[in-house]
Amino acid sequence: MNSQNAVELHDVQMHFNMSKEKLENLKEYFIKMVTHKLMYEDYTALDGVSFEVKKGDIFGIVGLNGSGKSTTLKLISGILSPTRGTVETQGTIAPLIELGAGFDMELTARENIYLNGSVLGYSRKYMDQKFDEIVEFSEMREFLDTPMKNYSSGMVARIGFAIATMTKPDILIVDEILAVGDFHFQEKCENRISGLMGGDTTVIIVSHAIEQIERLCKHCVWLEKGRVKMIGNAKEVCEAYKST
Amino acid sequence: MNQQKGIKRFFADFKKFFPLLLNLAGKDFKLKYRRSILGVLWSILNPLLTMIIITRVFGILLKVQVENFATYYLLGYTLWTFFSESTTNSMSSIVSGAPLIKKVYIPKYVFPVEKCLFSLINFGFSLIAVLLVMLLQGVYPTPVSLLVFLPVLYCFLFCVGFSLILSALTVYFRDIMHLYSVLLTIWMYLTPIIYPMSILKDHDKAIAIVHCNPMYYFVEYFRAVMMHGSDPIAYPVPSFAFNMVCLAIGLGTLVLGGLVFSRAQKRFILHI
Ligand SMILES: Nc1ncnc2c1ncn2[C@@H]1O[C@H](COP(=O)(O)OP(=O)(O)O)[C@@H](O)[C@H]1O
Ligand SMILES: [Mg+2]
Repeated sequence: MNSQNAVELHDVQMHFNMSKEKLENLKEYFIKMVTHKLMYEDYTALDGVSFEVKKGDIFGIVGLNGSGKSTTLKLISGILSPTRGTVETQGTIAPLIELGAGFDMELTARENIYLNGSVLGYSRKYMDQKFDEIVEFSEMREFLDTPMKNYSSGMVARIGFAIATMTKPDILIVDEILAVGDFHFQEKCENRISGLMGGDTTVIIVSHAIEQIERLCKHCVWLEKGRVKMIGNAKEVCEAYKST
Repeated sequence: MNQQKGIKRFFADFKKFFPLLLNLAGKDFKLKYRRSILGVLWSILNPLLTMIIITRVFGILLKVQVENFATYYLLGYTLWTFFSESTTNSMSSIVSGAPLIKKVYIPKYVFPVEKCLFSLINFGFSLIAVLLVMLLQGVYPTPVSLLVFLPVLYCFLFCVGFSLILSALTVYFRDIMHLYSVLLTIWMYLTPIIYPMSILKDHDKAIAIVHCNPMYYFVEYFRAVMMHGSDPIAYPVPSFAFNMVCLAIGLGTLVLGGLVFSRAQKRFILHI
């Protein structure tokens, strides 16, 4: 892989082969297997997708619902592995596929911050150091010892975002999360992302708000039905996308 | 080359996600005991009450002839509970970890292993109850009892290996959860928990079957070190060969579980 690149996708294909009926049953499975009725429906979510993202780039992905944007991000984060082709990355990745993955609503915010930190692979010592910074950013100090089930979704999102962005990851992956929370928080998040961009963090963003992509990104890929429709300068791709 | 990379990745991952393991087990523990202050106390009382009932009932009904039956029974029962609880909880752990697995990259073995750790903590607490019963019965621990970490370690390896297999299978076949609870009941009766091995002495077949049961070895070992003081002849210090058998069962199951799991996990995400 080219050392200038943070992410490279080569001819990536992603199949979801779902069994037609949901087989969760040993008995059914054997009956179907014996009678050769085990049918699979193959769904191709991505087909022949190739692109590369330069280090330090802010890269957008646009496309209609179901075009494979989230699937692409999950492949880059290592949550999914491709059916065919290769996905290569360089450096640490902070995926913001969904904020607060692994929060347990029965636990307090304080406990969840440590839990979520370890979900992202940070040590306890490291979290101790960053704890105040996270609390500061999420503006949740007075609720720290309240169980999170009493929080609003916006409050949960704040803490999730604060944890995920407190370190400078090499690659930050953002999937539609900037749509949650109030205006004040969105602005804060955008500033934080812009701040990360100043350094050499590579950012990959999926957003419904096309203006956001236009404003933040340098380059952009447009996916349509799992294939690359257009790739290049963010302004040009967004113009073309908007005019359809 | 590729394999070497895989192994390196495994150890790097393990180090990185070890705190997650501890945190998840700690979370389970907190949630279990938070609601009732009596929670921890209850986990001690529960085996005690069970002991009273069981020793009464079986003492009368079966005329089981075992010295210090309460201690005998409770030692087997707690180790068995450790095994059955850890494997049962592990089974559904991948499926219930789905929200996490779908959103971030974490090694998936974290889930079953965490459940085993959690059961190990619970086991530690029940051991307090066992010690109380032992003191009540006048079965005093001896220096040999310090070896207790060995059978627990062997059993833990076995539990983790077996849990890896079960949790991977459950992703594909949810109904084995019900089958497993039936299997556990049968399995328990094939383990000398409530009866002494001596009642099988005229049944060669039964003995042969029990000898195929990994839990038999761990339970016998566990009792031997804990009850050594009461009767050094009936409960001798386990030999080197016996240790090797236990270790082979534990490690063998762990390796097998690891292989099965690592092959199966690539497709987990499509099924949860
Ligand atoms: N785990 C899965 N199993 C089956 N199909 C899936 C799975 N994940 C995504 N898909 C399918 O793949 C397609 C692309 O989904 P996604 O990447 O989420 O689209 P987007 O984020 O662009 O809206 C959708 O049609 C969706 O139904
Ligand atoms: Mg999506």
